[in-house]
Amino acid sequence: MNLHEYQAKQVLKAYGLPVLNGYLCYTPGEAEAAADNLGGGICVVKAQVHAGGRGKAGGVKLAKNSAEAREHAEKILGMKLVTPQTGAEGKIVRKVYVEAGCNIAKEYYLSILVDRAGRCVSIIASTEGGMEIEEVAHNTPDKILTVRIDPKVGLQGFQAAKLAIDLAIPVEARKNFVEVVKGLYKAFMGSDLAMLEINPLVLTKDNTFVLLDAKVALEDNAAFRQKAIHEMMDYDEMDPRDLRAQKYGLNYVGLDGNIGCLVNGAGLAMATMDIIKEFGGEPANFLDVGGGATKENVTEAFRILLSDSKVKGILINIFGGIMKCDVIATGVIEAAKEVGLKVPLVVRLQGTNVDIGRKLLADSGLAITPADTMDDAAQKIVALAK
Amino acid sequence: MSVLVNKNTRVVTQGITGKTGAFHTRACREYGTQMVAGVTPGKGGQDFEGIPLYDTVHEAKKQAGANVSIIYVPPPFAADAIMEAVDADLDLVICITEGIPVLDMLKVATYMQGRRTRLIGPNCPGIITPGEAKIGIMPGFIHKPGRIGVVSRSGTLTYEAVFQLSHLGMGQSTCIGIGGDPLNGTNFIDCLKMFNEDPDTDAVVMIGEIGGDAEVQAANWVRDNKMKKPIVSFIAGATAPPGRRMGHAGAIIGGADDTAEAKFTALQAAGIHTVRSPHELGSKMKDVLGK
Repeated sequence: MNLHEYQAKQVLKAYGLPVLNGYLCYTPGEAEAAADNLGGGICVVKAQVHAGGRGKAGGVKLAKNSAEAREHAEKILGMKLVTPQTGAEGKIVRKVYVEAGCNIAKEYYLSILVDRAGRCVSIIASTEGGMEIEEVAHNTPDKILTVRIDPKVGLQGFQAAKLAIDLAIPVEARKNFVEVVKGLYKAFMGSDLAMLEINPLVLTKDNTFVLLDAKVALEDNAAFRQKAIHEMMDYDEMDPRDLRAQKYGLNYVGLDGNIGCLVNGAGLAMATMDIIKEFGGEPANFLDVGGGATKENVTEAFRILLSDSKVKGILINIFGGIMKCDVIATGVIEAAKEVGLKVPLVVRLQGTNVDIGRKLLADSGLAITPADTMDDAAQKIVALAK
Repeated sequence: MSVLVNKNTRVVTQGITGKTGAFHTRACREYGTQMVAGVTPGKGGQDFEGIPLYDTVHEAKKQAGANVSIIYVPPPFAADAIMEAVDADLDLVICITEGIPVLDMLKVATYMQGRRTRLIGPNCPGIITPGEAKIGIMPGFIHKPGRIGVVSRSGTLTYEAVFQLSHLGMGQSTCIGIGGDPLNGTNFIDCLKMFNEDPDTDAVVMIGEIGGDAEVQAANWVRDNKMKKPIVSFIAGATAPPGRRMGHAGAIIGGADDTAEAKFTALQAAGIHTVRSPHELGSKMKDVLGK
């Protein structure tokens, strides 16, 4: 789960990290008042959506005074922001963050993440702040610095101090930099973050630092012990299909295609999407009902697929292990009868009680196309959904 | 013969009285696995359907002679359970639990350094040596004893491969599910090494996913001529969009290097036989072995 910039800054502020004053606003009037409260001078109006690349897409504007802040807010609120991260559909801006301005001397990049290869937490930093870090990594890989933190002892002072030197931070600002790095590491560990990215980390003309932008991704598995920050979830930012699936404990990711998939197991679900594409189709979703899903899960999953108007055909691919094929078949039949089957349905069952399951489907009176193998199933649904 | 587990393996279940632990302990016992103990703090001295219960893993090892543990403990307590089993110096710990926070697993990985216990998982289906021992949640009946090793990050996708192998008359020496989390105890290279040295394994099926570099590392290891047995491989997630978590915590594309395409390329460069559909895993293996 991702946090908005203003939420990320709230979290980081609580760790004593330097963020600018700002206000969350839902209307142009609120934005003007916020700018007044910030002193009426230079401020920045920033769209709050879950996507990077907001600035380039016109979602971040500098205002010279309160009236201008209002004008910017008028334009940004309600606009459809399209960035490389939102997809072609874009995202509607529902709120803006009006933040004080600051005197920028230099911009840096700093992020913290779990380094799978190194089996540790690592800090990534660069002198090329404010740029797309992927581009920096691609064009000038030597400008990306990595600090691996030994999990036994955590971040050490000398590591932060060395990073300051490696980034050529002015001597007068080094002590402040070390404090910021330590604070960010503390926030990362203390709040179970999956990713923390400050881009840019700004060095001001008086040698202090400011977290000018902050991107925070929460670790979903740690939600049970990080309740407060996980409650910051913004339902407006979520795909309604995703939300509904989440409510029923289903692993669902909405995609742009027209073939709905219902599969048990994450690996098999990914593989099913891959095969659909291999045969010229486009999956509408990733949906893993879990290795031990119940009839209720399957029924709800099926409803979610049927409620998606983009879906022109459904492929159910189940390998019945613990979850038996007859149970799946019963769930599918009940859901199809209840919701009404308006699109072609191909079902491929294999595993425990497969014969009973197949017979149930064949005798159901529903227009279900059976398939023996994954390839067979994918070919059939691609042809039927055309 | 086989790797890691066999008919002499003595298993303790941590979290035996929970719904999942109870269900699968029964299924493993029915398969013929020696389920010799259960651990549930506070229930020491009682029994679970004839299996003696202990308060600690140490006790289960001392009293019941357990040398392998299987863990179904819920996520908030799972890391602690793994470390307890490691502290008891068991040979092998298999953690089925899904949803353990990554920072907890970082702690576990650090704790295990310098200790001899091997961890499989977490978030995995477990291990089976067909006909001898099933220590996990996989459906036992699809497996047949034989000479193909299977190693995979995914559960049902593994069952799919095993089903095809059995159907085509190729039994399995041992099937290992290493799990779908970003930090796991045993990786592909560990398993390839074991299969390479096992006189009763002729070839290996390796099933990977998007995210991380475990498959590329494995390919590099194979390329450096250390693997003398053929491998057939599939990578799931060629169509997954970057940045979205595909069910497994580890299945998320972070950069150009951990896509399915990058992994397929590395595998092929290492002389590994790849298939673009999991449906072809069995038939490809048959071709490779010239059967």
